[in-house]
Amino acid sequence: MSSLILIDSGTKSAAELATLAGSDAIGVVVDTSADLTKLKIQSAIKLSGVEGWNVAAIAEGLAEIAKSKSAHTIFITSSLRGKEIAGRLAVLLEAGIITDASAIDASGTTSQSIFGGGTVVSAKINTEFKVITVRANSIEPEFGSGPSESSELTPNLSSLTKLVTLTNTEPVKKGSRPELIEAPVVVSGGRGTDGDFTVVEELADALGGAIGASRAAVDAGWVEHSLQVGQTGKTVSPQLYVALGISGAIQHLAGMQTAKVIVAVNKDPEAPIFNLADFGIVGDIKTVIPQAITAIKAKKQG
Amino acid sequence: MKIAVCVKQVPDSWAEKKMAGQVIDRANVDAVLNDLDEYAIEEALKIVEANGEGHTITLISMGPERATEALRKGLSMGADDAILISDPALAGADALATSLVLSKVLSAGNYDLIICGAESTDARMSVVPSMLAQRLQIAQLTCASKVNISGNKVSIARTIESGIESQEANFPVLLGVVEKINEPRYPSFKGIMAAKKKIIETKTLADLGIGADQVKAWSEVSNVVVLPPRSKGVKIEDAGDAGNKLADFLAEKKLI
Repeated sequence: MSSLILIDSGTKSAAELATLAGSDAIGVVVDTSADLTKLKIQSAIKLSGVEGWNVAAIAEGLAEIAKSKSAHTIFITSSLRGKEIAGRLAVLLEAGIITDASAIDASGTTSQSIFGGGTVVSAKINTEFKVITVRANSIEPEFGSGPSESSELTPNLSSLTKLVTLTNTEPVKKGSRPELIEAPVVVSGGRGTDGDFTVVEELADALGGAIGASRAAVDAGWVEHSLQVGQTGKTVSPQLYVALGISGAIQHLAGMQTAKVIVAVNKDPEAPIFNLADFGIVGDIKTVIPQAITAIKAKKQG
Repeated sequence: MKIAVCVKQVPDSWAEKKMAGQVIDRANVDAVLNDLDEYAIEEALKIVEANGEGHTITLISMGPERATEALRKGLSMGADDAILISDPALAGADALATSLVLSKVLSAGNYDLIICGAESTDARMSVVPSMLAQRLQIAQLTCASKVNISGNKVSIARTIESGIESQEANFPVLLGVVEKINEPRYPSFKGIMAAKKKIIETKTLADLGIGADQVKAWSEVSNVVVLPPRSKGVKIEDAGDAGNKLADFLAEKKLI
């Protein structure tokens, strides 16, 4: 029995879903930058008529395909929009739902970490249809050679999908840095940067990582809200998380605690972030980080 | 304008959270009004204040009887009244059951605007608002960081992964707000006194015509593992060479 995966962002997130879903997965594609030829999926269906990221329409399209293809498990990346779609889809299919899963075994039992990563719950949905959202970076993705068949579908949309009008979109300024939620390295700055994100950016670039921020830095207007890590911001699980001038309020920890390795630099030796840092430095980011960048560049060349 | 705000009582987000068997332990921790719901209440209050007389704000919650404490806090901020759905059959209810129960109360109330916070700080699924919009067959404007209401038209700006979207829809609207939208007020002494006299109506599943079999969990928890706390790492004081030591650490971990 095949599964559906919603392909709505980058190649890596899609590959992670495909890896969990198995090689007979059907990829449902909405406007995306993903390279389908690198995915291990059996077929791809492009959804037409759901432009403008209309979550009501995407949910109805997914429900239609899930029913017509008897694809009972639907995997969606745990993004803000992904969860909006997942909630609607669960109602449409009367499906049980699990969010932020990090693994699924052959029997369909999922694992999800809760409470910011301290507890892992195994659960199994017992309804016919199952909706599972997957946290980016939770698994090592397998790549394939793309779908063997591709088609396009214009789903039958209800009047419900016409209730919201999209009047404007300002796309995220795409830099050369990776997407925050799927980046292997995230360097975040907080109040301790005093608004100067130069060392944060330079370290991120030296490590090939993305930039994040604490709520304090976002509230101060130093960086945009899209970079906020933590509760109501992004949840990230990178290989390496570097917290610069971030004290580590519990709301921030909830968004980065599952990182494999955590490094923290802070002037305050009592900062709670040090309780979970694998490597903590009590010091000034403006002197420690430039020295680190020089040393990292030297090591990379050597 | 009739406004409903959906709120939840949660274990204190600063307290250590535990599981009690297969559900979150709610009995042994301080219970508070979900922080993120305070932004939803604040936004309702701001909308009413900007639009003059004749508008009402009703808080709606599902939970055990002691959830009246969380509702009382919302009432002391300035909401008018509250409805609590409380029923032993709802213990451990999942998002589907929660959205079904709330949708019954909401559709009976004919609200123009239903406001939800971004997520509950305990379960953190953030799917109930979308489920409500789907069940109630009304417009969904969620993740809003800015809201403007003119007549019966609601316009929002929302920041999601792909950028900032501007969306609009006419009443009735399910509005979801993020914490960036406002700064929730503290209840005043006068507000706290007034809240004591405000009405919290309690309903059971039978009152809503919902059978216990309709709210049973659709997933089964088979195992709960509490991971050992992250082992404490190295902490050094910068003595002029901490940057070099950081680079050494990263190299040792094969991260560069």
